[in-house]
Amino acid sequence: MSSRENILGRIRASLHRVDGDGATARVHAHIGAHGMSARPSVVGDLTAGFREKALALSTSIDEVVNIQSVPAAVAAYLSANALPMNAVCWQALGVLDWASHGVTMAARPARESDKVGVTEVFCAIAETGTLMTLSGAHTPPVTSLLPETHIAVLRVSQIVPSMEEAWQRLRETPDYPPRAVNFISGPSRTADIEQTLTFGAHGPYRVHVILVNS
Amino acid sequence: MQLTSHQFKARSREKLADANLQGALKKLQGNFVKGRADRVAELENFPAIRDAAAAIRARTLDHLDLYLEEFERNATARGAVVHWAETTADVNRIVCELAAKYDVKKVVKSKSMVSEECALNDALEAAGVQVVETDLGEYILQLAKEAPSHIVAPVVHKSKDQVSDLFAEKHNLPRKTGIPELCKEAREQLRPHFASADMGISGANFIIAETGSTLIVTNEGNGRMCTTLPRVHVAITGIEKVVPTLEDIATLMRLLPRHGTGQTITNYISVTTGAKRQDDTDGPEHFHIILLDGGRTKLLGGEMQDMLRCIRCGACMNHCPVYQSVGGHAYGWVYPGPMGSILTPTYVGLENALDLPNASTLCNQCGVVCPVKIPLPDLMRKLREKQFAQGLKPRTETWGLALWRWTAQRPRIYAMLTQIAARVLAVMGSSDKLIHNLPFGGGWTQGRDLPAPQGKTFRELYKSARLSETQKLG
Repeated sequence: MSSRENILGRIRASLHRVDGDGATARVHAHIGAHGMSARPSVVGDLTAGFREKALALSTSIDEVVNIQSVPAAVAAYLSANALPMNAVCWQALGVLDWASHGVTMAARPARESDKVGVTEVFCAIAETGTLMTLSGAHTPPVTSLLPETHIAVLRVSQIVPSMEEAWQRLRETPDYPPRAVNFISGPSRTADIEQTLTFGAHGPYRVHVILVNS
Repeated sequence: MQLTSHQFKARSREKLADANLQGALKKLQGNFVKGRADRVAELENFPAIRDAAAAIRARTLDHLDLYLEEFERNATARGAVVHWAETTADVNRIVCELAAKYDVKKVVKSKSMVSEECALNDALEAAGVQVVETDLGEYILQLAKEAPSHIVAPVVHKSKDQVSDLFAEKHNLPRKTGIPELCKEAREQLRPHFASADMGISGANFIIAETGSTLIVTNEGNGRMCTTLPRVHVAITGIEKVVPTLEDIATLMRLLPRHGTGQTITNYISVTTGAKRQDDTDGPEHFHIILLDGGRTKLLGGEMQDMLRCIRCGACMNHCPVYQSVGGHAYGWVYPGPMGSILTPTYVGLENALDLPNASTLCNQCGVVCPVKIPLPDLMRKLREKQFAQGLKPRTETWGLALWRWTAQRPRIYAMLTQIAARVLAVMGSSDKLIHNLPFGGGWTQGRDLPAPQGKTFRELYKSARLSETQKLG
């Protein structure tokens, strides 16, 4: 008997599982129903809710009118914080006009030496101020992880009330489920030494969201 | 991890006298206890969410075999390899075999309490593989060759100065004194390891039957590194961690960070499903998931089953007056506090951890704060009953109780003895009418005084009250 059979056998014996009692069908039906449990109501404007919660997580936020305005906002953020004007970004953002705003942008996955990574997001959660990103050929997770500064471009239409809606949206994607779903709630942090909160443990020191209104 | 739970009393005495530790434990109460209360107050329907979380965990356990099979089917379909381990030794064997198969020289680890159960690092090092813990707390412990003392804040027992000394010695760099500087130094030491490691090992806070995914909750980002950069990812977890759906994760994520660290949400929640896809530029080429029994099936179907609902938040220990006084190391195994006082005896044997089910005042703070409503004091009481039934209680205790039972069944003798005892104790009281050192009860009076009996005994008062009652009626 394999370990698998031994373990499952012990579980079945402990639970007095009887074959053909319909439990398997019930379990499949339960999973398939994707039932929601009690949750807090997220009331009011989603964008305002997201903004308030994200700021509380030490994420900073800027707002622009359309996607073409993103490079200027990125340039302004980098220079205001005395950060390098070299950055890497996800492929879809590579088409924007970075050069005329003084940003040297490379549309490739981040490497160890890159200081600034710019990504889009899959969606964002108003309840907690969280960004949700999916891995993929053109959306490498390393870009939001390795650089000291992560800038995320978020469209207002991507903000959902809670994680439940985020999962529903995910199920509708063509490559569902992706290899990695990363929920990001502010800059990397630790409080391991004397429970003193410190930013930039292993991941980014700064997370900056550029909210695109259209 | 080596088991030293039988030394609980001796270790507790040591820890009570450790000023450094006592200071650290006070801070823990301030941050985690207040943090939890504040974050829970944010949820207007918290009781309903808590009920739902407990129901999700209970339901899954009632169908554990079926959800595990569903998890395995979906994980395998997405390119992960699922292994089943009956014992912690099996986990170590499987990981070492994988390390050999993929020619692994270096492993980076994100925090995993199950790997502590297995003493996995020792097994890998014995097999010639370098292991680097990358959670800051676990990294400090690895350098100091110590065990974690808390399941969420593993290095809570160490002061900043101790970390400064340790880093200066081990890194061979000028001694830093600021916490941000110490964190930065650890970041710079650990960064090169992520890129050069061949294998990343993580735990899993949950595994999801619907998708065959593993999920980790972290703040530092090391968990993301370990599951993204090395070419092999191995996730190790207990069989009880399965939940049915992604919606269930949404519910549990409202409670785990709030109860664990007093956060609304942790910085990163990472859900990984299968290995790197064909066109992906990052992610591991091989993804293995090890499911450990390690004593868990023994709890199923019996009076201890509720314990398997545990989501490892640590709230029970943060709120426990015993943990708050002695810290985690006194408990002598991987899991301290009330949850550890149940898990240690049930996983490693009741006879090996006699003090633990008794290391509780049964005040029920742990039961009140448990996010999945585990009746922790009831379970500790059941373990005490088992100890008694199996004759594992110390002889002085069983004889003492037998003697008391004998006298309690004989009212005349009982009355006589208590009258004598009351008189003797009254005489023993010092000028302040307190007994500072009780014979046969020295342990009890070590930390407090016993007020010496004053005036008449209850029986005498009762008798005279009844007498005057009859006179009145007459």
